[in-house]
Amino acid sequence: MKPFTRHRGVAAPLIRVNIDTDTIIPSREMRRVSKHGLADGLFAGWRYLDTPGGKRENNPEFVLNKPHYAGATILLAGNNFGCGSSREHAAWALVEYGFRAVIAPGFGSIFHGNAVRNGLLPVKLPEPAIDALNEYASASPETNRILVDLENTTVRGAAGDEFGFVIEPAHREMLLQGLDAIAMTQQHLGLIEAFRAADRQRRGWAYLDAGQATTPALIKASISVSVKSSS
Amino acid sequence: MPKTLFEKIWQDHLVADLGNGSHLLHIDRVFLHERTGSIALTGLAERKLQVRNPAHAFCTMDHIVDTRPGRGDETAMPGGREFITRTRQETRRAGITLFDINDPRQGISHVIAAEQGIALPGLTMVCPDSHTCTLGALGALAWGIGSSDCEHALALETLRVIKPEQMAVYLEGDLARGVTAKDVMLHLIAEYSASGGRGYAIEFRGSGIGQLPVEARMTLCNMAVEFSAFTGLIAPDEATLDYVAGRPYAPVGDQRDAATAYWRQLSSDDGAVYDRELRVDLADVEPTVTWGTSPQHAVGISGRVPDPGNESDEAAGRAMQRALDYMGLNPGTAMSSIPIDAAFIGSCTNSRLSDLRAAADILEGNKIARGIKAICVPGSSRVKLEAEQEGLDQVFRDAGFEWRESGCSLCFYAGGEGFTRNERVITSTNRNFEGRQGPGARSHLASPATVAASALAGFITDARITGN
Repeated sequence: MKPFTRHRGVAAPLIRVNIDTDTIIPSREMRRVSKHGLADGLFAGWRYLDTPGGKRENNPEFVLNKPHYAGATILLAGNNFGCGSSREHAAWALVEYGFRAVIAPGFGSIFHGNAVRNGLLPVKLPEPAIDALNEYASASPETNRILVDLENTTVRGAAGDEFGFVIEPAHREMLLQGLDAIAMTQQHLGLIEAFRAADRQRRGWAYLDAGQATTPALIKASISVSVKSSS
Repeated sequence: MPKTLFEKIWQDHLVADLGNGSHLLHIDRVFLHERTGSIALTGLAERKLQVRNPAHAFCTMDHIVDTRPGRGDETAMPGGREFITRTRQETRRAGITLFDINDPRQGISHVIAAEQGIALPGLTMVCPDSHTCTLGALGALAWGIGSSDCEHALALETLRVIKPEQMAVYLEGDLARGVTAKDVMLHLIAEYSASGGRGYAIEFRGSGIGQLPVEARMTLCNMAVEFSAFTGLIAPDEATLDYVAGRPYAPVGDQRDAATAYWRQLSSDDGAVYDRELRVDLADVEPTVTWGTSPQHAVGISGRVPDPGNESDEAAGRAMQRALDYMGLNPGTAMSSIPIDAAFIGSCTNSRLSDLRAAADILEGNKIARGIKAICVPGSSRVKLEAEQEGLDQVFRDAGFEWRESGCSLCFYAGGEGFTRNERVITSTNRNFEGRQGPGARSHLASPATVAASALAGFITDARITGN
């Protein structure tokens, strides 16, 4: 994962509340068993016009299709950005498109985690701060760039306009160093083994690997057993 | 110090405090499906990592699989077949139990995880699917994750998690006749907004819980993610233990006794403290339907489409206006007068046997309105079979509903089938987002009873008035 320390870039405003992950990348755009090839599908429902024959035509009204925002790498968004489905495709599509940070008053929890895992910085700022950044950036998007500084946890817009933000220390650390969660946890295999050995004694009922239900005959039998109704 | 239910499960799974607010939690079960599970398994294989405990991982075909009768590996979605064949191949290689297309145990992951006894009280369970919180209804700590975390859980039987804050939602009093768990959740989300529960582990408690059958509790917890919660959960009671007993993957013999003893003490202690508490008086809830493009855009069925001009919050007002434009509705329109084009009963929210029974009660002996497209998709192959044994399929068919094979189906567009532009759908699902059920499709979320009554009338209808 690409580390995030500081980034200065063009900020595009998409200030709507509850932008869900279905909107960020619709189901129909997730066409292959792959984490790639998703940038074209980003915001597809808003970004393209409905044209006969299925050929895509850009919707000139959509912010990312406006020439000034062609190189946008920072997204300014409304509250609860990335709510809904857990699809990590939303984070992959934003990163593949070129976004490095999303600034919003709040994020959907699963999206937030997915963003961090993929080097996309979720910056939580209150609405007035986002409005101020937007006012500055939209006056001249290509020149009035926004600086996002994760080392100092600040966002800078107009001269003298600096906003501090809060991020979980663990997330900050991972992003700053571009750390891989699996590689980090692999250092704790001993702890995991020890936990498991003790846990098995304590909660033997929770373990299936030596349990009854992994017996093929029992599984087979269970298929034909009619299930109890719940109410 | 008194502990909450959440705190107890958390502590029993804590492998290590990693510092910086991060904790390493043991994960007891991982559930996969062919859309995101296939990607996680492929990602793992690319990194040359193995599934650490295949006996604790399961996979189903629900998201992309066709639900039309006589289905095979082909789907209406271009490229859909690849997800199915790759999932089959990767689960076999990893040694994971797969509930394949023609397996009688196949179904929507959150429906069958409960049905098969894979989710149990006190377990931690994850799935790369946001509605995994459904299983909190059994007293499990279950939540949705992305593919990267899924790879982590498969490879290391653990996850790095930042401990969420805790919320209690007290459901007090009695539900009026004809009002369901679905209505309670839409009511709650409308009241506190779609981000009202953001990040919290929410325990549903209070005097109203005991009267809810276990399947209805699943509907409650299912919608916790629409409230932007980390998850929802409910302490197990005798109804839960009764539900779990005898399920194929539930413990038996001595292990069952040990589990039962553990489960019986698995509730929040008196005096346990939550970071936030909300209260819903169940008597205040009426059948509730959405009018817009967020689950928070919901109103009682006797109400009207609200006016964005009356909204004090400017951003919310703008969102309301956008939603009305998308939905093709005007402020002030009576909800129970809105004509519909289609009706859908299905999804992990409302497709279990009790949901189908509630809809069939209303449909029995009646026909849907002329020109309405109506579809029922049972939540699992087992639910379908049981419904057929009761003759419910015939009730649905006689009324004019299509009766489908199990899967996620038209809850969203993944299988390649969708409702058409401007088509207005009354739906028992969980998300009314723009384009969720097809580009330009207009979704109104409601309970199965409301969906059934509306299908009969041809417009959004209060089941208590027109039902049998």
